[in-house]
Amino acid sequence: MSIFVDENTKVVYQGLTGGQGSFYGKLNRDYGTQVVAGTSPKKAGTDVDGIPVFANCADAVAATGATASCIFIPAPGVKDAVMDAAEAGIEFIVVITEGVPAHDEAWFFNKLQRDFPKVQLLGPNCPGIISPGRANIGITAGHIAKPGGPVGIVSRSGTLTYQALYELQQKGIGVTTCVGIGGDPVPGTSFIDCLRAFEADPETKAMMMFGEIGGSAEEEAAEFIKSSVTKPVVSYIAGVTAPAGKKMGHAGAIVSGGKGTAAAKMEALRDAGVLVGNNPTEAGDLMAGVVAKL
Amino acid sequence: MDLYEYQGKQFFARYGIPVSDGAPVDTVPEAVEVADRIGYPVVVKAQVQVGGRGKAGGIKLANNTEEVREHASNILGMDIKGHTVKVLWIEVASDIAEEYYASFTLDRAAKLHLGMLSAQGGVEIEQVAETDPDAIAKIHVNPVDGLTEAQCREWVAAAKLNPAATEGAVDILLKLYQAYVDGDADLVEINPLILTPDGRVHALDAKVTLDDNSVFRHPDYVEYDQTQVRDFREEAAHEKGLQYVGLDGSVGVIANGAGLAMSTVDIVNQVGGSPANFLDIGGGANADVMAGALEVITSDANVRSIFINIFGGITKGEEVANGIVQALDRVDIDAPIVIRLDGTNADEGRKILEPHLSDKLQLQPTMLDAARRAVELAGGTSK
Repeated sequence: MSIFVDENTKVVYQGLTGGQGSFYGKLNRDYGTQVVAGTSPKKAGTDVDGIPVFANCADAVAATGATASCIFIPAPGVKDAVMDAAEAGIEFIVVITEGVPAHDEAWFFNKLQRDFPKVQLLGPNCPGIISPGRANIGITAGHIAKPGGPVGIVSRSGTLTYQALYELQQKGIGVTTCVGIGGDPVPGTSFIDCLRAFEADPETKAMMMFGEIGGSAEEEAAEFIKSSVTKPVVSYIAGVTAPAGKKMGHAGAIVSGGKGTAAAKMEALRDAGVLVGNNPTEAGDLMAGVVAKL
Repeated sequence: MDLYEYQGKQFFARYGIPVSDGAPVDTVPEAVEVADRIGYPVVVKAQVQVGGRGKAGGIKLANNTEEVREHASNILGMDIKGHTVKVLWIEVASDIAEEYYASFTLDRAAKLHLGMLSAQGGVEIEQVAETDPDAIAKIHVNPVDGLTEAQCREWVAAAKLNPAATEGAVDILLKLYQAYVDGDADLVEINPLILTPDGRVHALDAKVTLDDNSVFRHPDYVEYDQTQVRDFREEAAHEKGLQYVGLDGSVGVIANGAGLAMSTVDIVNQVGGSPANFLDIGGGANADVMAGALEVITSDANVRSIFINIFGGITKGEEVANGIVQALDRVDIDAPIVIRLDGTNADEGRKILEPHLSDKLQLQPTMLDAARRAVELAGGTSK
């Protein structure tokens, strides 16, 4: 099994006719994802390499029965695109776009929670989700992920998500689902959402969590692991050597007032019984040890 | 981006928040001219983006033209914690009966906006939070609903301000929330928010951080961006759309994605080297981006080797490889380069690099191997 998406998930790509949208839409389809439709208000009625394009999600859902969407719309249009998907009845919305204003993120996160509580939002500014061998929604290179489990991965940063998949693949370890939640201030899906889903998924036997400096999401995840996770967890936190007060690229990645440091996060995770590696490779080695004992 | 006090006050004024009459100046004659116009006494305030201006002598009261001239010439050019004062804000001095604190920011854990109001203003709010946390009245605002007047009144009552300040505070806080949301701010803070002896409430300081991602709907913010303080390499990187943070080591680091870039900096440290910088080229690394990144890195005289760590997702391997090859033609680079390339179209990328490989341009199979090689090439011993 996998979490959130599998080979039966029908996905509409919002912004399919753009450069990134068409590249990854086709790549994801070639991987095996059911890419059933695209949207583009100006290009409705056309197609991208055989994938039909509709004016909006409501039309796409009516014609194809899509239940998930993947957004490649430029930042100014993301807020409207998310609501277009939610109002069409889409229940899993992945926003790849980076550079979305924080006030927009805070608004649509709360709007969805109140008026569309069934919707699971992933992102913005995330690499997407891959259930290896079943579905790949987003920008992760499919060939770096080994299908089959037993490990579930959740990671904040895009490229570190790939690194996590790659470390496991190098050791011959398979993955049930890998979720990149993104490094923005208001991520739609949290570490905890993923840990909870992995805990409930019978095929996932262990979890790998890659975090980074800034905010308190890793500490909150540590609390959750302590109280509610029975499966082994391996972790890595990026930014051990980051100077305080400097923003390290992600909106979230900043150490302020001695809070959000890698050391504090690693300590909280160790305290929750998590095995913490000092770099991605060490985390991979730790996971290999865990998997060997399963 | 962080605004200077004078920019913050102009930003507040746009939303109807009362601030002291004043103007920014960058010469002594201008300071005198403004002071003579707005009337004495005035306050001469150094415009730097660092705390502790007052203690450093960067804020002075002036009762006449002579004193303005004296203070303005002393403060202009002054160094405050490494920041040179280039601009002064001259404003009408205010009589203060009481000092409060007010702010809005995003509470990332709650995923709601957070307002904080305290009757103990004028000091560091972190100190108040530690010594007397109950002295800060907090309110969570759902962005979908916004802040209602009724909520705002309750909040002001909870903060136990002087009753004479209630109406003025409610009015300012509603406007401050508007400024925070409509202005796409990450933080708006008034410290101190003052009550004058004649019963007026008024913003005596302004601390505003705007969301860089919102510039598309605030074209005028470009002006603020131009006054940001960056060192010359950070400035060069910013102009090229790169995220660069200078560090003090000898291994130049280029990576795609903030997480991988942070991790690369960590791993260089862990194998016994010291990184010269954090540099995230972001998604999509064409020749221009790579050449720009290499230019920024090589302008750092401390750099002895360069570690390019790419894991392609939205960034494609062949684009990175072409970028590196073309950048080598355009940028004069002495330091040897170690490349690690995986992910989307990595094989195509490696093939493009192959004919160019030499002592000065090496390919390593893993992140750890590449980090060790880069550290050795920088003259260190790797662990």
